[in-house]
Parts: sequence; C-alpha cells; structure tokens
Amino acid sequence: MNEIFAVAGVVIKELYRRKDFYVLFILTVLICLVMASVNFFNDSHIVRYLKEICLLLIWICSLAIAITTTARQIPAERENRTLFPLLAKPLSRTRLLLGKFLGCWLACGLMLLCFYLFFGALAASREHHWPLLNYLQAALLHWVMLAVVIAFTLLGSLVFTAPSSNITISFASVAFILLLARHLNKVALQLPEPRRSILYGLYYCIPHLELFDVRDLIIHDWPPIAWTVCGVAALYALAYASALLIGACLIFHRKAIN
Amino acid sequence: MRSTKLPLLILAALLVLCFGLAAWLDLWFQTWQGNRAQSADVLSVLMGDSRRIFANHFFVKADAYFHSGYYPTVFDNREAFQTPHMAEDSGTVGGQNHGDETGFLGQPRDWIDAFSRQFFPARHTHLDEGGASGDLGDSSQVREIMPWLRLSAELNPNDIRTYTVTAYWLRERMGKVAEAEQFLRDGLRENPDSYEIMYELGRVYSENKHDLARARNLWEAALRQWQKQEAPKPDPDKFLFIEIASHLALLEEMQGNFAQALAYMALWKSRSLSPDEVQKRIDYVRHKMASPAPAGPSPQTPSQAP
Repeated sequence: MNEIFAVAGVVIKELYRRKDFYVLFILTVLICLVMASVNFFNDSHIVRYLKEICLLLIWICSLAIAITTTARQIPAERENRTLFPLLAKPLSRTRLLLGKFLGCWLACGLMLLCFYLFFGALAASREHHWPLLNYLQAALLHWVMLAVVIAFTLLGSLVFTAPSSNITISFASVAFILLLARHLNKVALQLPEPRRSILYGLYYCIPHLELFDVRDLIIHDWPPIAWTVCGVAALYALAYASALLIGACLIFHRKAIN
Repeated sequence: MRSTKLPLLILAALLVLCFGLAAWLDLWFQTWQGNRAQSADVLSVLMGDSRRIFANHFFVKADAYFHSGYYPTVFDNREAFQTPHMAEDSGTVGGQNHGDETGFLGQPRDWIDAFSRQFFPARHTHLDEGGASGDLGDSSQVREIMPWLRLSAELNPNDIRTYTVTAYWLRERMGKVAEAEQFLRDGLRENPDSYEIMYELGRVYSENKHDLARARNLWEAALRQWQKQEAPKPDPDKFLFIEIASHLALLEEMQGNFAQALAYMALWKSRSLSPDEVQKRIDYVRHKMASPAPAGPSPQTPSQAP
C-alpha cells in the first residue's frame, strides 16, 4: 500500500509543479470576475448566470486537467526510461497503475477543492448565503465522476500508441456521454429492431457520467439530493472505475514495456 | 558579382504598390456599408449577422431559467413549450401551447432513467411563483432571467418580444419601472414601427406612471401601426389588437369620453373571441351615457383595465 501512495505522491507533486492548473484556475477566476462586473438593469443580486458560467468552466478545466494529466503518465515513464527502474524496485505493474490512478484522482480532488472554494466565495458574494451541503454534494459527485474518467484515460494510455490520440478519444467519449447518454434510450425507442436493441445495449453499457452533473440543481437552488442516492451513484461510478482499472491491469500485464 | 539594383527596385515598386492599394482600400472600406469596425457593439463586430441565430437560443435559455432548469430538450415532447411560458405569462404574446407542461418527461423508461431524475430538476415550477424553493411570496427571483434576455436583445435587436417580455417582468415583478421604460425605448429606437413596443410602453405610462395622456397617445399610435401592418394580412395578430383596443376603450370610458370608448369597443368586439362579453360592456356604457347617474356595477372585462 505504501508503494501505491509513494507513486501517487509523485503524481500529485507533478501536478502542482506543472503550470496547467494555475493557468486554468487564473483564467477561470478572470472570466468569472469580468462576467460578475457586468451590470444588468442595476440589479446586483442576479447570480445564476454567474454560477452557470463558473460551474461550466470548472467542469471544462477539471476534465482537461484529469484527462491530460492521466494520459501522459505511462507514456512519459516509458519515454523517459523511468518505467524500468520503477518496476525493478520491486513494484508490481498493478501497484504502479493503482498508484498512478490514485495520484491523478487525489490531484484532481485537490484541484476541485480550489475550484469549488472559489465558486462558493463567488456565489456567496452575491447571494449572501452559503448552501454548503449542496456544494459539498456537487464537488463529491464531480470527484467520483472523475475517477471513471481517469480510469478510462489510463486504460486508453495502454491501448493507444500516442497520448494525443488518447486525449482526443477520451475527450470525445466523455463529451458524448455527458451530452447525449441521457437521451439514448429515447432515441432507441424510436428505432426499429435490431438497431433499437443495439442502442439500448449501448445505453446500459456506458458509464452514465451525466448522473454526476448536478450543476442545474446548484444553479437554481434546488434542495440537496438524498445522501443514500449519492451513495448509490458513488458505488455505480466506483464499480465502473474498478472495471476499467482491472481492464487496464490485464492489458498492462500482457504488454511489452520496451 | 550580381547587381543588387534590380531586386531593390522591385522591392521599392512593391512597397509603393502596397501603400497605394492600402490607401485606396481604406477609403473604400470606410464608405462600405458592410463595415462593422465602426460599430461600438463588440458582438456585432465579432459575429456580424450570425449573432441573430443565437438570439433565440438565449431567449429560450431565459425560459429555462424561468423554470429553474426544468425544461425539455430536443429529445423531449415540446408541445407544452411552443411559446415560452415567461412570454405567455407576461401577457405580451398569445400562447400556442397545448399538452401537459408538468409531465414532458413522462414515465421513467428504465431504472437508469428513474435514477437519473434525482440529479436534475424534475418538477415544473415558475420563478415568479417562488421557483425551486416553492415560496409563493417570493417572486423577485424572476430577475435571474434578465441576463439572458439582455443578451438576446443585444444579439438580435429586431426581436420585439424580447423587449416586451423583459419590460413586463422588470416593472411588474422587479419594480424597475425606469429600467423597463429605458429598455422599451431602446427597442423602439431599433424598431420604430413596432406596435407591440408602443403598446407595452403605454402600459408603463398607464399602470406604473399613471400618465394616462401619454398612455393614450402611445396606444393610439400602436393601433395605427397595427392597422397599417397587420390589417391587410390574412392571419393578423388578433391578440395584440384586442389588447390595444380594449385598453383604449377602458381608458376612454374611465376618462368619461363615452363616444370614443364606444368606437374602440366596436373595434374590440369586431375581433374579440367573446363578443357577447364586449357587447355587455357596450350596453353598460350606452346606459351610462343615457343616464348620468351611477349605472350599477361595471361588467367583467376580458382585459385588464388601465
């Protein structure tokens, strides 16, 4: 377990040494502050448009950081020839992968913490109340969703030859799921057989990442979700992340490192 | 050694040509009608006429905010959302909605569908009725639709309904009469012949500023514009005609100009969906004209009195 945490620690250090997060965070802050300075009919209490823009930027930034950070983990180790000494420690391939996954996931958690603190401060500056429970749920569900994305990208980094292709495919897949997965069943019901069964099958197979996107509930001040429902959603995401990690481990074990 | 004179001459000739071309093009560009650089509006400089495409998107976005996020997508049944509810509820446009507005999601199709409904707004609410909180006393939340309406107007200054709907919510639920009037005047500057904006501006003067003389002038101008633009059409905008004529009729009746009131009531009756109700009103006014003493309670009117 210590070895996994050691690898994870290196990944976290890598994230805060790189400039990606700082650039995206400052960009998010600047855009939000510029949008906050816009005056709409002399009403200083209008806030929901600001919350929507801020949350959209947080989602885009978190996906960008999660996918790009994860996609270059294994290829960079291979390219720099540090993979051989790592595996000679001795560190099993499974532990290396788990360490990489945990590192990326924890790093994303730290990043989300900063982003959601800023979001909370921004919203509180206009709303003068702080629905902490709602924000906590949104951040946790977001973080759990990133576990699936990271596991998927880690698997992709072992399947695809170049990190660029992995990043592109991961982004496209995640965007497809977030935008369309919720509606696949409605489309499927309009189709004749066997296309209906194929599409419905796809609907059941894909991880429904859109479940974890509770931005509309946060923006429009809906009451918090029941914690049991959140727990089931977390289990759902962790099951997919585990399945993807097992797949990644199996591929990594069979893959020639050099 | 090769002479460097020829390349230098060619370079000089090219520079002269470039300078001359630039001077000529600049003059032409300044006088060109399609020159967007003179516009102070960043959006129009960046997007040109393509911005109008996005205007409707933001108008609908405002309606989605009006429903606190509970809104049908292109994959859902949109029959009950043909006319944005925030526009229909403002009384500035006629509604074309039918079907169940509360249940466009239908029954859950599978367990994922049922489970997913916990994670997005799945209950029909209106912001002017408290929104997601359900606090019926709090209608001020309707202010949240304003950024999108403002953006929609910026993107398409010729979309009349954006001005009338925005002005209604500004003055009725946010108490911002001055801002509503200013916004309508901006709209009228962009659309000088709009009877819809004139009518709404008349309502500002009648209902909020209690300046009935100006309200009358505006409604009369609106009626003239309506007759000029809509009367020749096979399917004219009856909704606004009835609104304008009824408001004018009630204003004249209130001011004691019964003959004028009857003339407007005749117009009102000619296109009304319930002419019998208008006839009752006409009879009542005639009775009042005949006997100056109080003529009993006034009959119910389909439209709001000025």
